[in-house]
Amino acid sequence: MPRLLPYLLLLPATAFLVVFFLYPFLLVAIESVTRQGAWSLANYERMAGHWKFSAAFWNTLLLAGIVVPIQLALALTMASVVTGLKAGRATILYIFAIPLGISDLAAGLVWLAIFEQTGFLNSLLTGFGLVERPVLFLGYQNPWAILLAIVLAEVWRATAIMMVILVAGMGLIPREYGEAAEVFGASRWQRFLRVTLPLLRPSLQTALILRVILAFEVFAVVAALGGTQFPVLMGETYNWQFTLQDRGVAAALAMVILAISIAATLVLLRLLHVPKEART
Amino acid sequence: MTAGSSPAAAPAPAAPAPAADVRRAGRWLFRAGVVFLCAWVLVPIYLLMVNALSAPADVTGFPKRLVPGFDPGSLAFFLRFQGVAEALWNSVQVAAVTMVLSIGIGAPAGYALSRFDFPGKGMFRLLVIMTRAFPLPLLALPLAVLFIRTGLDDSIVGLALVHTTLALPFAVLITFSLFSGIPVELEEAAWTLGCTRLQAVLRVVMPLALPGIAASAVFAFVISWNEVFAAAVLTIQNRTLTAFLLQSLDVSPLPLKFAGGAALVIPALVFIFAVRRYLFAMWGIANR
Repeated sequence: MPRLLPYLLLLPATAFLVVFFLYPFLLVAIESVTRQGAWSLANYERMAGHWKFSAAFWNTLLLAGIVVPIQLALALTMASVVTGLKAGRATILYIFAIPLGISDLAAGLVWLAIFEQTGFLNSLLTGFGLVERPVLFLGYQNPWAILLAIVLAEVWRATAIMMVILVAGMGLIPREYGEAAEVFGASRWQRFLRVTLPLLRPSLQTALILRVILAFEVFAVVAALGGTQFPVLMGETYNWQFTLQDRGVAAALAMVILAISIAATLVLLRLLHVPKEART
Repeated sequence: MTAGSSPAAAPAPAAPAPAADVRRAGRWLFRAGVVFLCAWVLVPIYLLMVNALSAPADVTGFPKRLVPGFDPGSLAFFLRFQGVAEALWNSVQVAAVTMVLSIGIGAPAGYALSRFDFPGKGMFRLLVIMTRAFPLPLLALPLAVLFIRTGLDDSIVGLALVHTTLALPFAVLITFSLFSGIPVELEEAAWTLGCTRLQAVLRVVMPLALPGIAASAVFAFVISWNEVFAAAVLTIQNRTLTAFLLQSLDVSPLPLKFAGGAALVIPALVFIFAVRRYLFAMWGIANR
């Protein structure tokens, strides 16, 4: 009995993940390569043939490519600030972590309040006399304004996840290393670059993988701010599943998102390779 | 985003005397950076609240004032809107079921990981970590079909099952780090005093672990409360608040959107505040 106990305790969680995680992914993979009960690549052809697909694909990658580096820099800054604080650390950390609890849809609505035509940005601009009439930022005439609004909303909402991981990682670095570098005359910037960053690699890896995958899942922020003006993969998946009622194509799109997620994970694992001895 | 973005702006340690001015300037720069970053997080939320707490005419009016009119008009309009009350209630139900399921299934697993060494432990951890490398909301697509076959479609439980898949890995990791922090000697002492293994867990470990378990339950609640994609795909009649707001984005007037956004944000703010001490355990990394 004692030997079986851990397995009994793990059984519910394992069974749950097999039934609701592994099995559905198998199903969606099969669904994507079948059409009317026969094996075929018709779903992928239909998906790639749709005029919105390549826009959605490149928009998703573009968004991730812009958002993730900004978030990395901002999260490193915030984590350094929190680690460097002596008084008020808990309060500042809580404030920085607030967006962690905010839904992507709510984040989209928050920035809609700023960017919509009667919103706060327009109020500010007309108040200062910079524009004569409120500008329609989120219309099709202003694709760059839509992109900017989405980038700001994503950076605002999802930097906190990376920050929390990096703060935890910085807490694990022994202070003596930085002090030793200081004794040898390293400036603060050098210490950050040569001591903190290399030792932070495991946390950086975790944070980046998590964030990149979430960036490929961007959906509700875009729906709230860009509507149909800015197609992304997840939004197209939703459209095929829900509006166009074609589950096969939706499954094919899901496989595309899965593929770029796995590819990004593998690249990051390789780029930020953590030697086995250094793992904790 | 740019001000104070140099991590070099950490508070200055003791420096030689000629550098005193530089040091003071550095400290001011650091403080300004902290204030700026806090404003960056807080001001957008404040602006949403201004909209939610103003009369509908003010919300659609122009130009906007930076202080709320403290008029319950928008919120009342939101709450009375067709389908909103049901959506709120559905969201609460789904989140509650998710909470119970993920803790009920996750806590035993976390306990097993912290107390035993056994073959297959690595495999299980891999399975849990793997869930993070997958876009989980996509699970809703195949499950939609499966649920229609089993009669779970458009139901509270069906959606809660998907949300549990999202919340379970966190529940396992949080409870794992929680139980690891409770010395096994306490349990052993209870055994020598005649407790069975189960009694020792219930009477000795549980009281110590309860606050942490409550925190991970809250995380599960927030994860479910905030989830949009799966909720929108899996529910049709019994929509949650997020699904309702998403599907009415094109048609709903601005006051409804902003009041809805505020309704999503406020509970999340309270919950994150309640569990802020456990933010770090959530990612399976100990903070000192």
